[in-house]
Amino acid sequence: MLDASEGYVTEDGRKIGGVVMEMKNITLRFGGVVAIKDISFDIREGEIRAIIGPNGAGKSSMLNVISGFYVPQEGEVWFHGKKRPPMKPYEVARQGIARTFQNIALFEGMSVLDNVMTGRLNFMKTNILQQGLWMGKAEAEETENREAVEKIIDFLEIQHIRKTPVSRLPYGLKKRVELARALAAEPKLLLLDEPMAGMNVEEKEDMCRFILDVNDEFGTTIALIEHDMGVVMDLSDRVVVMDYGKKIGDGTPDEVRNNKEVIDAYLGVSHD
Amino acid sequence: MPDQLIYAMEVILNGLMAGVLYALVALGFVLIYKASGIFNYAQGVMALFAAMTLVGIMNGQVPFAHLINAIFGGHITHFGWNIPALLAIILTMGVMVLLAWAVQHFVMRHLVGQEPIILFMATIGLAYFLEGVADLMWGSEIKTLDVGLPQGINLWIDETTYNIFGYGFFIDNLDIVATIIAALLVAALVAFSQYTKQGRAMRAVADDHQAALSVGISLNFIWVMVWSVAGFVALVAGIMWGTKSGVQFSLSLIALKALPVLMLGGFTSIPGAIVGGLIIGVGEKLFEFAVGPLVGGATENWFAYVLALIFLVFRPQGLFGEKIIERV
Repeated sequence: MLDASEGYVTEDGRKIGGVVMEMKNITLRFGGVVAIKDISFDIREGEIRAIIGPNGAGKSSMLNVISGFYVPQEGEVWFHGKKRPPMKPYEVARQGIARTFQNIALFEGMSVLDNVMTGRLNFMKTNILQQGLWMGKAEAEETENREAVEKIIDFLEIQHIRKTPVSRLPYGLKKRVELARALAAEPKLLLLDEPMAGMNVEEKEDMCRFILDVNDEFGTTIALIEHDMGVVMDLSDRVVVMDYGKKIGDGTPDEVRNNKEVIDAYLGVSHD
Repeated sequence: MPDQLIYAMEVILNGLMAGVLYALVALGFVLIYKASGIFNYAQGVMALFAAMTLVGIMNGQVPFAHLINAIFGGHITHFGWNIPALLAIILTMGVMVLLAWAVQHFVMRHLVGQEPIILFMATIGLAYFLEGVADLMWGSEIKTLDVGLPQGINLWIDETTYNIFGYGFFIDNLDIVATIIAALLVAALVAFSQYTKQGRAMRAVADDHQAALSVGISLNFIWVMVWSVAGFVALVAGIMWGTKSGVQFSLSLIALKALPVLMLGGFTSIPGAIVGGLIIGVGEKLFEFAVGPLVGGATENWFAYVLALIFLVFRPQGLFGEKIIERV
């Protein structure tokens, strides 16, 4: 059904491109515990790819492998057609992979604007003296980056809290600020770790809309982890299903929904 | 105007100037604490080390001369040249950056994620190590430091106040210079942390390590930078204190004076370090002036600590520190 090299067209008519990231036979262990067992899958340009599974299935571990926070013992990570050597998380970020966290990792002491601006750090090229003294290209550079950031702030509808310290914001807005910071880096691949976790229905709907809009407007490739099956099926183009560290399904939401192993994993069938 | 009031004014002025010097040391603590959560016990020794290195470089001393002579049986002590103060300061700064890198590379890098008390103990070890290295490098005798800063009574202030009050204030030129330099230093630090990319990254790291990593900030780089900046502040403090009272072991003890300043101002606030320093400076001078004669003097030795203790009871986070709220 899927062509290995060319890409495909989604039900709603969006064109999905070639492979951006490919995980090949990833195995991750913590001591004797196997968190991920020999998993392979790919993420294609412009698509929304979901990784789902019951608690403890190894979804977050997988996201941490992609973003460099964990280094797998076995397997290869291929990004843009090149095999990625073991890297520090900040190096992965500089390659254009941005992420959010399940438990929100924002700079609580800074304003929303400053938080989002940190996403632009790697776009700043002028040196420390120029910036400190506001000389040379520093001003133009700051303005340019501010414009990019303001666009994202507008897009995610958080203009009204631009100057508010993040620590004072409610949970749902914090999640949105985190998304804004990740977007500010203009990522080639955006990783969302349970973007809807802990939200009420209204907040979930908002977040859903934003994720779709981001994908639509900026063409951002998105990989997300989610608990809420309903949300995932509506949102994503293709889904990887994990259970006990293994991949038990991979395909369009419809394919996955009718996969027996997936149904068993979610409804609970005795493993004998 | 009554004489007592005029004397008090002079005391306050001198207290402010002394406070600036306390604030300089406290600043070094705050910088590292804010960015890495480490209370750097070695900050005072860093100031001593910086001052000794500066004197050594200016006088063209051969580093580790004793060691070299003991091993190879030579008698070298000096290269036979003198290096101008400005160049020597720049070279010393280079040494402080190297030191920052070494501290991060050999010690702190291996302790990431450890309890604060472990990190604190590591800095105590660092303090003693650095003290030994400083002696080994440059010898342990008391040295004078003269980078050309003006010293002695400021005659203009003396004359002006004499014309107004009929009593000339004694203000040391060095204190005035120290105040100006401290003000410049603080302005530079604020510009650095608020307006530069590295400053923004530094604040980010101070706030959340994981989040900082996820936006592409290298923690190692930022920590080397922070220790370098702290080294720079230590150098400035070392120059001021070294010029004032000679470069000797007791220089490292000024760090202890920074403690009450930090308790007053809060461990996480740059303005706090400055205001705290000023309050302690003025407070102890004024207390000595007003109460000292009644209790036989020497109140300067303990006043700051008692004041800090009182503060701890009523406002544990200090004047400007971040409030500690723990949800249960």
